[in-house]
Amino acid sequence: MSARNRELFALVPVALLLTAGFTAVFAQESSQLDNLSLIYGAYFFAVCLATHIYLRIRLPFADPYLFPLAALLMAFGLVMIYRIDASLARDQANWFVLGLVLFALTIQFLRDYDVLERYRYTIAVVGLLLLLAPRLPGIGQQVNGAYLGVKAGPLAFQPAEFSKICLVVFLASYLREHREVLIVGARRVLGVTLPPLKHFGPMLVVWGASMFMLVFIRDLGSSLMFFAAFLALLYVATGRFSFVAIGMAMFLVGAWFFAATVPHVHDRVDVWLDPYAHPQTSGYQILQSIFAEADGGLFGKGFGQALVTVPGTHAPLLPAAQTDTIYSLIVNELGLFGASAVILIYLLIAARGFKIALLAADGFSKLLATGLTAVFSIQAFVIIGGVTRVIPLTGVTLPFISYGGSSIVANFVLLALLLLVSDRARREIGAGERSGDFALGRA
Amino acid sequence: MNRQIIKLFGLVVALFALLIGFTSYWSVFDASALKQKDANKRPLLEQQQIKRGRILAADGTVIARSVPKGHGAGLRYVRRYPEGSLYGHPIGYSFVQQGDSEFEQFHNDELVGNESEFGSILDQLRGANQEGSDVVTNLDPAAQTTALEDLREAGFGAVVAIEPQSGRVRVMASNPPYDPNRVPYELSKLNTNELERPLFDRATQGQYPPGSTFKVVTAAAGLESGTITPETPIDAPGSLEVEGTPLENDFGESFPGATLDTALTHSVNTWFGQLGQRLGNDTLFEYMERFGFNSTPAIDLPADEVSKSGVFDEEELLGANDPVDLARVAIGQERLAVTPLQMAEVAAAIANKGKQMKPQIWSRVVDPDGRVTKRLDPSQYSQPISAQTAEELTTAMEGVVSEGTGTNAEIPGVPVAGKTGTAETPGNEACGGGEEENQAWFIGFAPADDPKIAIAATVECTEEFGNDVAAPIFRDVAETILNGE
Repeated sequence: MSARNRELFALVPVALLLTAGFTAVFAQESSQLDNLSLIYGAYFFAVCLATHIYLRIRLPFADPYLFPLAALLMAFGLVMIYRIDASLARDQANWFVLGLVLFALTIQFLRDYDVLERYRYTIAVVGLLLLLAPRLPGIGQQVNGAYLGVKAGPLAFQPAEFSKICLVVFLASYLREHREVLIVGARRVLGVTLPPLKHFGPMLVVWGASMFMLVFIRDLGSSLMFFAAFLALLYVATGRFSFVAIGMAMFLVGAWFFAATVPHVHDRVDVWLDPYAHPQTSGYQILQSIFAEADGGLFGKGFGQALVTVPGTHAPLLPAAQTDTIYSLIVNELGLFGASAVILIYLLIAARGFKIALLAADGFSKLLATGLTAVFSIQAFVIIGGVTRVIPLTGVTLPFISYGGSSIVANFVLLALLLLVSDRARREIGAGERSGDFALGRA
Repeated sequence: MNRQIIKLFGLVVALFALLIGFTSYWSVFDASALKQKDANKRPLLEQQQIKRGRILAADGTVIARSVPKGHGAGLRYVRRYPEGSLYGHPIGYSFVQQGDSEFEQFHNDELVGNESEFGSILDQLRGANQEGSDVVTNLDPAAQTTALEDLREAGFGAVVAIEPQSGRVRVMASNPPYDPNRVPYELSKLNTNELERPLFDRATQGQYPPGSTFKVVTAAAGLESGTITPETPIDAPGSLEVEGTPLENDFGESFPGATLDTALTHSVNTWFGQLGQRLGNDTLFEYMERFGFNSTPAIDLPADEVSKSGVFDEEELLGANDPVDLARVAIGQERLAVTPLQMAEVAAAIANKGKQMKPQIWSRVVDPDGRVTKRLDPSQYSQPISAQTAEELTTAMEGVVSEGTGTNAEIPGVPVAGKTGTAETPGNEACGGGEEENQAWFIGFAPADDPKIAIAATVECTEEFGNDVAAPIFRDVAETILNGE
């Protein structure tokens, strides 16, 4: 079976799952079956089918599993969000379509993605400006003590979501060029391998940007996500674990310093360590999140059965259920098994992403695929880890599931870039072996 | 670079495994501990979404039911008590914010349908909503109404009526009552009303000096232990010096060579005082314990909402080895404090030929499909006295009503056995510190030859005697129950 046919067959169960999910929610809400779920399922399938046909034409060799996996996460998200608030789900569906449009446009205009390398400093500057934007007067927005959003007229978005792509593109390009020097020029000082200072300047800029985010944007989650992606790329590019160790030490020292001095960061850490200290205020979200998970058990309460608000009121029982804590809601309704399935989907996406990196021929493609996959996986880890108290809870979205246009659009752009790299890598292998699929089993 | 990429993937796998590990911990391994946390309102809110079963009187009158509010995910049930304050005690209340009490709390598992773990798992699998069972009580609406109305006339106090052969509680009334429907709005007001203490169930928690009603226990101990027979004469002077203080009969009347019948009929203090001294600590306490004193009553109410009866030093229960003025314990004075429930049980045990049954408010549990899933199987608590002793006591107690201190308990055409009690409680702060305040009692059963009901009635802070205020309540409640048979 060709790669694209596999994709098509994978999309069918995804659409059926979405239909089943909506059916369950409708059954719970009105105790009756409604053919609306079939209509939604058909819409969803039609949109996916259109995207699939576009991919068939444009990227025939691209990885066949990534798009169905992303669609599967979207299906989870749409059902969960519909169950919280139908109007939010309509927004989300619109963003899904918008995300796919940008997905297609990215594929259309970046077929030759090497062009990105030429503009790497521009891209880096754009990334930094995007990060700065929420602090700019007039358009910046503060949410829960963090500066995450930008609002200009009717357009509101979270620039960090796009900034992460810029950062990965820049780092992939920069490290592709300088990895040799970073390795060769390294010196051992007191038993520790240090990178050459000259070439390390831009790296320090990334560290600075992460610290900057911590202090001025007060976005612990994005800061963690960016820096982890940076370390992942640095490690893959140089193969020097000591670089990673140094970077990690720098981040920890910086984070510790700012945790002690910046109240917002400090509070987040305190709440993480002892949420029961203030169960009604600062500890409310993480506690309610864990209580929601405790309520789920092995199999969960079923679609539409969990309590999101205090019954009969609009008082949130699970705060930010459609964004930050949507994973807790999934645990609540689908149980440990359902939640593990979601994590497994992210793991499969990571596996496919890293496989693309393995197959890619040139350094930039390899690093780009690695970076995009890493930043995507880490984002999922940061928010799921946040709501399960593995790490402090921060306001990062759960990719493809959480409510939010920026997140969906940005992650579809990320996906498009991954598929572009994949198409080229597999086309090259396929040219040698006459089959795009055969290489799959071998790599 | 491929080696590093594979290692990086390994790290991602490890991190995601960590997430699954933490998720398992919260959702499964630590889940029950998390559900116990005070900050976790989910268990309460979810219970609110369960249709709690009804509580019914013996005749099917609805005492408590749950009504739906809202719909869809906002659906919840709120408790309603159609009879208002009539059953505030002993039924209690159940609300999400205010918690639950008394019968509602004790029978919570049946009422929310938690009876069988297996059943609820099956229900979960087939997605059925959990629904509670109805609990039918033994309470008699007419008699409960009579008891509460009479108490309202007489003053603060309590009435407990038990079916002797089964232990079924037919009446449990406490005055002042409260309306459980008001609990969501004024719980703190009800809680802080120190003057009336309406949430305090006087029937099971009120600890009162029993006065002369306790002479029945002393007599039971005397007969059963063989210390006396119904024919044993004891010289009872008008006044007797005990522990440096004179123990006196009413009007200083003396009863030379009196037997049990005379002593009980006229409630002769010096007679029972001497009997108590003859019994000794060990024997009297042994018989008290046989009747259930010093133990938490075996009734279907939360253990922390029923009081023990016995001789108290402040909060501490005294036993046979503690120094007590036995002559005064024998006539229901000293530091003796008893609940109306305990005295009703004493009367019921004598009525049931010496066999004391466990008092139970519930009668049967009916599931939402109308099937009776549990039925009260009356069980014996103890046998404090033999059938013969019970018969001898009954004869003496009949004399009390027919020609003695308890004539107001007489029911035309029905032989009644009973005993009055009037414990002087001068300076009792609960009564406002008046010098003439009494704790008035009547315990007894009817018909004496074929007992259908045993009753304890008590009125606190009254200037009147047991025969004047408590005996009429006994008569009215007994008549109501006997007429309803």
